Amino acid sequence: MDVLTLSRIQFGATAAFHYLYPPLSIGLGLMLVIMEGAWLKTGNTLYHQMARFWTRVFALTFAIGVATGIVMEFEFGTNWAAYSRFVGDVFGSALAAEGIFAFFLESGFLAVLLFGWDKVSRKWHFFSTCMVCLGAHFSAVWIIVANSWMQTPGNGYHIVVHDGVPRAEVTDFWQVVFNPSSMERLSHTVCGAWCAGAFLVVSVSAWYLLKGKHLEFARKSLKVGLTVALLASLLQAVTGHISAQGVAKNQPAKLAAFEGLYNTTSNAPLTLAGWVDEKNEKVVGLQAPALLSFMVHNNFHDRVTGLNDFKPEDRPPVQASFQFFHGMVAIGFTLIVIAALGFLYFRHGSLHERRWLLWILVFSVLLPQMANQLGWFAAEVGRQPWIVYGVLRTPEGFSKILEANVVLSSLILITLIYFLLFAVFIYLLNDKIQHGPDDADLKPSGKLAIPGKN
Amino acid sequence: MHFDLNTIWFILVGVLFTGYAMLDGFDLGIGALHLFTKEDAERRVMLNAIGPVWDGNEVWLVTGGGALFAAFPNVYATVFSGFYLALYLLLAALIFRAVAIEFRSKRPERWWRQTWDIGFAAGSIVSALLIGVALGNIAWGVPIDEHGEFAGTFLGLLKPYPLLVGVTTVALFMMHGAIYGVLKTEGSLHDKLRRWAMNSIIFFVICATMLTMATLLYVSHMAARVRENPWLFSVALANMLAIANIPREFHHGNDGRAFLSSCAAIITLMALFALNIFPNLVYSLPNPENSLNIYNAASSSKTLGIMLIIACIGVPVVIAYTVCIYWIFRGKVKLDRMSY
Repeated sequence: MDVLTLSRIQFGATAAFHYLYPPLSIGLGLMLVIMEGAWLKTGNTLYHQMARFWTRVFALTFAIGVATGIVMEFEFGTNWAAYSRFVGDVFGSALAAEGIFAFFLESGFLAVLLFGWDKVSRKWHFFSTCMVCLGAHFSAVWIIVANSWMQTPGNGYHIVVHDGVPRAEVTDFWQVVFNPSSMERLSHTVCGAWCAGAFLVVSVSAWYLLKGKHLEFARKSLKVGLTVALLASLLQAVTGHISAQGVAKNQPAKLAAFEGLYNTTSNAPLTLAGWVDEKNEKVVGLQAPALLSFMVHNNFHDRVTGLNDFKPEDRPPVQASFQFFHGMVAIGFTLIVIAALGFLYFRHGSLHERRWLLWILVFSVLLPQMANQLGWFAAEVGRQPWIVYGVLRTPEGFSKILEANVVLSSLILITLIYFLLFAVFIYLLNDKIQHGPDDADLKPSGKLAIPGKN
Repeated sequence: MHFDLNTIWFILVGVLFTGYAMLDGFDLGIGALHLFTKEDAERRVMLNAIGPVWDGNEVWLVTGGGALFAAFPNVYATVFSGFYLALYLLLAALIFRAVAIEFRSKRPERWWRQTWDIGFAAGSIVSALLIGVALGNIAWGVPIDEHGEFAGTFLGLLKPYPLLVGVTTVALFMMHGAIYGVLKTEGSLHDKLRRWAMNSIIFFVICATMLTMATLLYVSHMAARVRENPWLFSVALANMLAIANIPREFHHGNDGRAFLSSCAAIITLMALFALNIFPNLVYSLPNPENSLNIYNAASSSKTLGIMLIIACIGVPVVIAYTVCIYWIFRGKVKLDRMSY
């Protein structure tokens, strides 16, 4: 394999593995704020116990997120040097802002969140929890801004040639930050992260109910978890719809690939599930007539641009984009159904009797992770053949001085390390879940024992 | 030298990497010293001395890398693609070290803890060594072609001079880590760490002396600015005084001031390095005209200006709460059920 292919495999693999963790940090961060806030408001120490238990899980996901995040940040320079030279002026600023505004906030206050329980007062601890949660969300803001600029560069930059070498330079910083897709993609990504966190809480609590352990703890956690899961999965559908309309407007070739639409048509049908027959340029599957036109334009007639309006060399891989996108959407709707069922039976007070549903809830934790992965794949594969949409092609971006065997060695090294890391994660997560919430945490100790003291 | 945006960003990137050396330096140093004690309880105390802060300290490296990318994208691209294998080894060592910290105290078996302890120590030493080797290569000069691309090989990076810088970095971080350890421990471990601190000072002084001689003999461009501006020798003098002050503060029982002296030693070393490479960021050898400097490798003035505003808002806030957090965790380490 050549350097370009190996670099793409390595970046894809490291990004996919990394992206298991930040959504958990963001989602659990929100859960921690809710739990600890509920403790401060109600004084019910069960919430204190919950906050403490989930903090331990949070610390684990955060540590692996940092370790794998450093790899991502270095990889732009190591494997995509030409890309880095081209975009550094625009893209680098967002990454640096992420470090200064997000990572420091998150990691600094994590120390207080994790090790400061007995050292600071309740309000200070809660403040730290909020800062960690805010930091996690800020990191999403800046990385999505950076990635969205690659998707929809907008008008905030121009191309300047230095010594015969072109590069992108910022002309309007706010237009880079608020590029055409950044806010809609941010809201969609953050909802996905909330789902990841909420369904983890739901899954572990449902398992405790099934095993008849930590029942009070599990019920309270389920209440918080299911509420957030339902709200987030509903919002996910709304933001997803808005994002897809944005894709239709800003990246029509990508939307056409998502839907396997070859010919520009009015009354365009929406495929619910199917297979793209790339040779005959059509989709085989279950279709709803004119619905795609409606989804894109809010009326059943308007034309939707097809792939044939683009030169073959400007089209993304159709089958892959189509399947990733449809997989994500299918899982998204499944999550709404699961969260709604869980929520209704919980309100009804009969959830603990429905073991089949509890088992579904236990395994539901995998679904947001799968949807998040598929969503990223769809977004990135759908952007191809561009690394910066319409501006720079992916084969123009890699480090030309590298040799294939060197990239292969780093790929093997990183893969081995990540297997080890994943084993560690599963082992420790299982360990914490088996151990369960600590009964000692029902009595806050140290300065936390004094209510209302600042 | 006049203070344009490019110069300010040279300084700011320097500040971020100095912050990294000063903070993660003691984490790596504690790791390098980890196997010196055989007792499990003492190893745990050392691990928990860095427990709440090591994650945050690594963020200085992440932000330094981000700032380099934003301010000097050509340097970021050339150095990161050029030092490819060395960087992946560094990443592997840093990750392995993080895993070892999280993992070692989870099971009580001796073989289990021993294995992860070795991983923690090896990961720390290799990280410190590679950081030093990278810095050593920047000082010595690396082959750069006329397009600003790295034109050397991985084995070409392992010359004696960069390796000496690598070993000196290990010694420096061991000294720094031992002094931080003295600050955070009590009882017999406290006395042991103080002894190791004194030994590592000797180790460091030997390395630093050799490094200074090698620099003066073989890397004359790294002494050029101080040679031309004799008053800058005061920085080198300040470095020596800071090192000499450490045993003095120990003698008076001021462990905190000993640690501050050690920080000052790192700051002055980084300042000497920066003063001598300025205005270059990557010195090109054998063709100095291909060197990447703060002008031909920089982003546009517009971006440097925007980034400066971001830094002016962000950095003071970061420093303020970093100080708060170190204040909250001041004092000696006590093991509890949240400990590693």
